[in-house]
Amino acid sequence: MHEMAICLSIIQIVEEKVHERSSSRVRSICLEMGALSHAAPEAIRFCFAAAATRTVAEGAALNIVELPGVAWCMSCSKSVEIARRGECCPCCGSYHLQVTAGEQIRVKELEID
Amino acid sequence: MCTVCGCHDGTPSTKRAEENDAESHERSIQGDRDCHSALPPGDRRPPPSNHADDSYNRCPRSANYQADNAQALPSGLDPPDLRGCGRSRKRLVEIERDILDKNNGLAANNRALFAADDLLVFNLLSSPGAGKTTLLVRAVSELKCSRWVGVIEGDQQTSNDARRIQAAGVPAVQINTGKNCHLDAAMIGEAYRRLPLLSGGILFIENVGNLICPAAFDLGEACKIVVFSITEGEDKPLKYPDVFAASSLMVINKIDLASALEFDLGKAIEYARRVNPKIDVIVVSARTGEGFAALYAWIDRQAGRLRRAFQDAGR
Ligand SMILES: [Zn+2]
Repeated sequence: MHEMAICLSIIQIVEEKVHERSSSRVRSICLEMGALSHAAPEAIRFCFAAAATRTVAEGAALNIVELPGVAWCMSCSKSVEIARRGECCPCCGSYHLQVTAGEQIRVKELEID
Repeated sequence: MCTVCGCHDGTPSTKRAEENDAESHERSIQGDRDCHSALPPGDRRPPPSNHADDSYNRCPRSANYQADNAQALPSGLDPPDLRGCGRSRKRLVEIERDILDKNNGLAANNRALFAADDLLVFNLLSSPGAGKTTLLVRAVSELKCSRWVGVIEGDQQTSNDARRIQAAGVPAVQINTGKNCHLDAAMIGEAYRRLPLLSGGILFIENVGNLICPAAFDLGEACKIVVFSITEGEDKPLKYPDVFAASSLMVINKIDLASALEFDLGKAIEYARRVNPKIDVIVVSARTGEGFAALYAWIDRQAGRLRRAFQDAGR
């Protein structure tokens, strides 16, 4: 369950920011997750509430923006969207794909009091 | 740029002087209204709906934010009247920070340390039971004759694997991750300090038996090696693509059992290359030693590659 480790990292980043801004309450956290990242949004949502307990992020809404996976097809020289690794190019059926985007998990912004 | 909708007409006045650091960007919710109230004077309608839609598609807000905003937009008050009324003290803080930044920073430290010690480091990943420890025991027993070799062993519990490596005559440090399912860069930095100096040698890191989580964590290694055994089936690379995508080498173990299992080697390689077109493949039997010469030759090539990279970096 590395989702728990990810949630703890989210809270660590949030705590640093909240501390910097002399705030005490986080209303919402906006997280960007690529379709090819190493975690599933459902698992992150599941872990987040538990990880946030008794931290500045307790009770904060977690908004997850899901971004598509993008790969460069070496066969047809096009940038294509893929939902997961190991899928073929939706244009030409080739598996010669180089992932170019959609691998990130990023804290995008916070809404604090 | 407005952080809510990504539009480019957020006026400079919404920024404050101290917001100039590239990493973060903060403004009040009132600032938002500045941005969205770029309407003709006297026009009290909400901003064009495509904008409003954009904003919520891009970054859906908590319910109370939406309520607040919905109330504020059609109110028709000019931003200067709203500013300073103290009704809303919420602030948006733009961060743009990758969750794994901290780990990646520590991994970069480890990598610099390994480079300074002229050490080649491999991070071995597999599911439980793929035969990683047996493979390592054979490899370190043979490699230790020609160079320094050390091992960091990761397991949730017990130090059985480290003891097996030590019995083969090389230093090994055990990390017990407890409830954690993977090693991270901080654990490696700490464990590395407990090993003797291995200058010019090889450090193997045996990750926790798990084909999902360890793929996400850079430890500072030169490359990841994924080990899987033919008893796990040809489609393992498609079932756990992240680990195969992150690895430079796939070692297929227990090939001595092939005749009994009707394992389709070609298919396994094809599946792995669907996920990672550049992955190298070596077929071995840790029990009989078949294929190990090819593995050592691959390791030597990596050592040469890394040395050239160091030289290029030093130039
Ligand atoms: Zn294509």
